[in-house]
Amino acid sequence: MFGYYFDLALRSLARNKVLTALMVLAIALGIGASMTTLTVLHVLSGDPLPGRSGTLYYPQIDPQDSRGYLPGKSKPMDQVTWIDGMNLLQAKRADRQALMTGGDVAVQPGNSTLDPFYEDARYTTADFFTMFGVPFQYGHAWGAAEDEAHERVAVISSRLNDKLFGGGDSTGKALRLDGTDFRIVGVTGDWSPNPNFYDLNRKSYDENEGVFVPLSTSQDVGMVHDGSVDCWGNGGGGNTPDHNAPCVWLQFWVQLDSPAKAAAYKTFLVHYSEQQKALGRFQRPPNVELRNVMQWLDYNQVVPDDVRLQTWLALGFLLVCLVNTVGLMLAKFLRRASELGVRRALGASKKALFAQLLVESGVVGLVGGMGGLLLAFIGLWLVRRQPASYAALAHLDPAMLFTTFLLALGASLLAGLLPAWRACQVAPALQLKSN
Amino acid sequence: MQIKPILAALRRHRLATLLIAMEIALACAVLCNACFLVARRWTMIQINSGVDESSLAVLTVNGFDPNQAADVNARMLTGLRSIPGVQSATLISEVPFGPQTGAAGVTHEPGDFKNLIGVVDFVLAGPGTFKALGLKLVEGRLPQPDDYRPATSFLPDDAQVLVTRQWAEHAWPGENPLGKDFWCDKMHFRVMGVVDHYARAQPSQYDLQQGEWTVFTPVVPGGSLAGTYLLRARPQDVQRVLQAARAAVPKIAPDVVLDQDNSKTLGDLRMNYFKTDRIMIGLLLGVVVLMLGVTALGIVGLTSFWVAQRRKQIGIRRAIGATRGDILRYFQTENFLIVTFGIALGMLLAFVLNAVLMKFYELPHLPLYYLPVGALVLWGLGQLAVLGPALRAAAVPPVVATRSV
Repeated sequence: MFGYYFDLALRSLARNKVLTALMVLAIALGIGASMTTLTVLHVLSGDPLPGRSGTLYYPQIDPQDSRGYLPGKSKPMDQVTWIDGMNLLQAKRADRQALMTGGDVAVQPGNSTLDPFYEDARYTTADFFTMFGVPFQYGHAWGAAEDEAHERVAVISSRLNDKLFGGGDSTGKALRLDGTDFRIVGVTGDWSPNPNFYDLNRKSYDENEGVFVPLSTSQDVGMVHDGSVDCWGNGGGGNTPDHNAPCVWLQFWVQLDSPAKAAAYKTFLVHYSEQQKALGRFQRPPNVELRNVMQWLDYNQVVPDDVRLQTWLALGFLLVCLVNTVGLMLAKFLRRASELGVRRALGASKKALFAQLLVESGVVGLVGGMGGLLLAFIGLWLVRRQPASYAALAHLDPAMLFTTFLLALGASLLAGLLPAWRACQVAPALQLKSN
Repeated sequence: MQIKPILAALRRHRLATLLIAMEIALACAVLCNACFLVARRWTMIQINSGVDESSLAVLTVNGFDPNQAADVNARMLTGLRSIPGVQSATLISEVPFGPQTGAAGVTHEPGDFKNLIGVVDFVLAGPGTFKALGLKLVEGRLPQPDDYRPATSFLPDDAQVLVTRQWAEHAWPGENPLGKDFWCDKMHFRVMGVVDHYARAQPSQYDLQQGEWTVFTPVVPGGSLAGTYLLRARPQDVQRVLQAARAAVPKIAPDVVLDQDNSKTLGDLRMNYFKTDRIMIGLLLGVVVLMLGVTALGIVGLTSFWVAQRRKQIGIRRAIGATRGDILRYFQTENFLIVTFGIALGMLLAFVLNAVLMKFYELPHLPLYYLPVGALVLWGLGQLAVLGPALRAAAVPPVVATRSV
């Protein structure tokens, strides 16, 4: 029966080419526009570390003075101070933990063909690499011992390795950073979590640090901090705050392998806040949060406002296209009232007519979906030409490809429901008579 | 033209009428809001920076020890001034559309954190910078040699400054801003002059009415004023002069690192800064045009169907004396009625959509004048779309009435 209806649908669509083309065009435009923006949204709100993000948590505490504190309303700070970061790190209450911050280092290449240049850096403790599952192309990460000993070791990205050493195994070689010699112990493989969840102050997609050095060493060498600094009270300004200053400028991440451990860790944070308050360092009552990666991204509204706006706009456009298609289908189906009347008179049930008409709208949807896919490819190509940092990531993956067809088919069937129902209400006798 | 028969006919096509009206309503809501967003971004893009953008370039170096600031400044300024074509090379902390270096909340009383007047950009500037920027002084006086104060941390402790008219009107509405005092924590500032326009470094991050909250602070070079240099040259020379300056940096000061991204002409900086806004405007306008197109096509499709359906009735009307004009006007009036109904619905929707947008984005209310303009556009669109099918209807010959099929 389906085959027969399919054949009927093709014949009917071919009969009035203009109307059919209009419907297909409307669906294709709506689908194309919404798939383009949905793909961008999908890429931007995706999981930066699939499989791991659920066990990675970002503890937040509130070390500020009591000025401006509103119970229940004041949010804990988005980063930690040096003292709190070190305390939490040394407490070792989580399965893994890393304290880190961002910076800028001057790379002074050994060969004279390259001018010195600035590179984004991450100053971190050793667990960073195991906790975030950073793959290594050559060598390995440094360990806790190197952190302790303030050793001058560095891990570089494969991109920087290509630039400096032509992609060869550079482990063991020297790298001059900010006028100090470091020994390269590892080269990371292809690793670029999007977005850069561990430090959102540098809010960038598709752009990772080139240099990683131990946090302790970076402080010895006096490397420049780059990122957000938030001070209170009489905290001094400056981009690289003093270790005792009341300023938050470091990120602290922990890995907690089970929900029970997460709950226990949150309790620990409350106890820690109470203890610090008793010591007089904290003035506010315990105000803590423990969010995992996706919650943290959500809390920080990482997806750019423009992208959300574009998505809403495209969905609104799809709605207009759908209403338009409903109108056109209504016109098309009602025009065939006499034909449907004949079928009814010959014994076809209302259900059979309904099915036939829905197959017809499904065909429109499929063709429109293909058109929409084509438009989405063009749209994404245009997006990739944008200067935004996320632009290069805008590609259609199989899941979104499937969604496109599902959306097109669903939309057209939805658009067909009302007209098909209306067309099935014809009184066969009346239609036969008027002919 | 009698409306009653039209309404009677429409009542027999309730579903189709409702669909067109719905489409018009949705189009009206999206049209008004999208145009509103476009207008806001357009206003932002047009912001008057107040400086001679076409004659200016900025050059940024870093990587030197803060203790060396005065020495680096001296070497850089001498070196840059010796480049042919450079009219002036002076020190500045930030330029419009470049990175923001010093924004802080200011108050009417010292140390009063609760009653902020607002967050302003403090632009630290060395001698000669005011003239190089080409700022227009509207009141007060220019900085004199002894107005330049040392700034060791971020700002001088006590300084006479120039403010923009926009900021002065916000901070002291209806008063003469000259000689007025304001504070940033415990640092004291007194207004010595008012400039016409001067955009802050990142105006898009602030409200439209806050894009020029800039405080021009004369500061002695050195300390926190180091590393960023403003070059002035004739407009046709700027690009060449900047290239020459960038190439000269390693020779002038081998110990510093040139910041490639932040050494550009002001024209290029502005171009880059508003790139995404321009794309967004294009996108919004594109969607609006497409949507209007789809809506028009929908009207054409449905009206064509109605004309075909009513061929016989039209023939009869023609046979009993209706002119072609009567038939034409019938369809035009019918479309006008449906579109009017849609617009009425659309205005409500537009305000709902605006309310939703206001909740998620920092947007003000949709100005009321968008609604009549939107209505006019949609009426025009409806009439244009219906013209083709209506003309075809008018062309139906009266003889159709006598045919049985």
